[in-house]
Amino acid sequence: MADLESFRRETRTWLEANVPKSLFGQAGSELDGTWGGRKATYPNPDSKLWLDRGAARGFTAPTWPKEYGGGGLDPAEAKVLAGLLRELKLPLPLIGFGLTMIGPTLLRFGSEEQKKLHLPRICRGEIRWCQGYSEPGAGSDLASLQTKAVRDGDHFILNGTKVWTSYADQADWIFALVRTNPTAKKQEGITFLLVDMDTPGVSISPILLISGKSPFCETYFKDVRVPVANVIHKVDAGWTVAKALLGHERTMIADAFGGAGPKPENKGGRSFLAELAVSKLGEEKGRLTDPIFRDEVAAFEMESRAFAFTVQRTKDAARAGHQPGSESSMFKIYGTELNQRRYELLVRLLGPDALGWDGPGFDDGDLEITREWLRSRGNTIEGGTSEVQLNILAKHVLGLPA
Amino acid sequence: MQLVLSEDQELIASTARDFVAASSPVSRFRALRDTEDPLGYSPALLREMAGLGWLGIPFDEKEGGAGLGLAELILIAEALGRTLAPEPIVGGLAMGGYALALGAGPALRGAWLPGVIEGTKVVALAHQEPGSRYDLLHVATRAERAGQGHSLTGSKSQVLDAVGADAVIVPARTSGAVGDRDGITLFLVPKNAPGLTIERQLRVDHRNAASVRLAGVACDAASIVGAVGEGAAILEAVIDRATVVLCAEMLGGMAEVFDLTLEYLKTRQQFGVPIGSFQALQHRAARVYMEIELARSSVMAAARSLDLAEAGEAVKLVSLAKARCSNAYLLAANEAVQIYGGVGMTDEYDIGFYLKRARASELTFGDAAFHRRRWATLAGY
Repeated sequence: MADLESFRRETRTWLEANVPKSLFGQAGSELDGTWGGRKATYPNPDSKLWLDRGAARGFTAPTWPKEYGGGGLDPAEAKVLAGLLRELKLPLPLIGFGLTMIGPTLLRFGSEEQKKLHLPRICRGEIRWCQGYSEPGAGSDLASLQTKAVRDGDHFILNGTKVWTSYADQADWIFALVRTNPTAKKQEGITFLLVDMDTPGVSISPILLISGKSPFCETYFKDVRVPVANVIHKVDAGWTVAKALLGHERTMIADAFGGAGPKPENKGGRSFLAELAVSKLGEEKGRLTDPIFRDEVAAFEMESRAFAFTVQRTKDAARAGHQPGSESSMFKIYGTELNQRRYELLVRLLGPDALGWDGPGFDDGDLEITREWLRSRGNTIEGGTSEVQLNILAKHVLGLPA
Repeated sequence: MQLVLSEDQELIASTARDFVAASSPVSRFRALRDTEDPLGYSPALLREMAGLGWLGIPFDEKEGGAGLGLAELILIAEALGRTLAPEPIVGGLAMGGYALALGAGPALRGAWLPGVIEGTKVVALAHQEPGSRYDLLHVATRAERAGQGHSLTGSKSQVLDAVGADAVIVPARTSGAVGDRDGITLFLVPKNAPGLTIERQLRVDHRNAASVRLAGVACDAASIVGAVGEGAAILEAVIDRATVVLCAEMLGGMAEVFDLTLEYLKTRQQFGVPIGSFQALQHRAARVYMEIELARSSVMAAARSLDLAEAGEAVKLVSLAKARCSNAYLLAANEAVQIYGGVGMTDEYDIGFYLKRARASELTFGDAAFHRRRWATLAGY
């Protein structure tokens, strides 16, 4: 404990000395940060400075081994660091799928050469990654994917289409599931492959959602030549890798939707939601006047706390040595449903003010809530539908028969 | 706060579960019900539990207790809740015991705590009156000056673990009107006090509960728990703790009824396959699992927050735990009946016991709607 305390003091001193002053107090949430990559732009140049200094200190990937550009911190030290960033309201030096998805996957399944090549570039924010899993014909039934990879010497030749590739237009590399054996059982003919998006034959088009613009793209592969050396794990064994990575994705989604802890409360102790309810519906003697909305706001806040405690419990258990398993499916289901309920409640609290689409005559914050309400309907679909997660819980956690 | 069991707590939990499973399976609860056992529990088994150190958990070591807290007591309550073991832990230890620990002066502590810790004395707390619902300040029972002491008149209902209790702590009004926070005084009334009647009330869940009637019961100053007129604060603090203990008992019940449901899903065959292979039932089971997980986290958090005396936060988390447990236990029990089908409706199967206990627990110390209102008030809207 004394060591942790000195780590905390030392880290705090270092942060105060090295993070540019313009970034203190700037983070609105724990997920704020810089994405990096070859195409990155930095509206505030200090963000780039923080990325470079943070990366040099190992703080972009605090728990990864130092030899790959990480910080080599143990989980308790990483928790202290996260706590300090939260306390100082600092954005993360770097965020993105390199850190949360492909990095952990490479650490587990990558060859030494692959780790040495890719991990340091992720840590330094040089390469931005995107995920190529879903296809127009393969959604919940992901294993039915058809993007073809045909062997040609020490290359594969890729043909097919990936859909819902978030930020593909800004990414440098894509990790993709491709079919290398069309005759095997569908899970057994899939390979996990890394593809440089600059390779000839890769093209992208954005997808317009019901909520307006989105980070989603379609990504097309036409006779794209990819070195066999870019296979992770083994040819035809990609499904094992894919499933492990989906676990990381579910945990990340759960964190994004409130699992990371209660939202900071406004002064007066009211949550953002309660404050909005009071401002729209009025109060009498410190009580929200509408008893039905009062009940709904309380129900939401309570559910959200109970969920955050459950995520914390799993993390505390992991630190105590109990490895989390398919429980991450629960976080995916619950976190996304909570987010939907939050926006349902928000638009109903706004009333007619929630009906704006764009332009003058509406409040910017209200416009954003309406767009987010529409966007949130996708939360229970992307990253594995709630129904698929319920299947996973039933079979792998509860042991119910197939 | 760490939401994980320490090694010591793991040991307490597994010991409790093994002991209760061996000494008090559900069949014992059924037998006590069917034979209309007048007491409904076993004083000998209670003393055995005392021997394991359970009854000393909430009390200081210098008073003969174990110096532990709710984080440990909930582990015992959960084990008891699994098999509906009827020993007086919620009404006796968590209500009467905490009332003594938080409110009583040296003389009352000296007279009663050793017996409570050894399992030779049970002290109940009469927190509820006819028509009071969940309002602890709804105290119509009067305590009028009579000579050097007071004379108590009124009635209390569904006093938990009062059947067989050696004393009942009675909130009575020394001043003010029904609903006032000031003017409530707690009196410890021994079971043989003239004018006191304790009469068993047969509840749907067969939990130990009694009506307590006071017809001019004489109490002297030495019987007062805390200060005259200032009993409300003690009462509220005690019921917060008892609520968390009840929540833990509910957690045990919902976990058990869910385990029974899973077992049935895996073994019951229809259309030539186990019914647990049907997706409609798998998804229902997965939903119950999630609600139980959230309930568990909430109970652990509330217990730890009270132990850490987190002002403001702890009371909110008590409401969180009770709201979650009320809904989750009922969901688990309702789903169990539905999934068991016809046999789930029969008295022969144990499922019905859990459904009844789920409902009775929900309607004790406030249901989910009550606690959402309380949460909103505490959260400043």
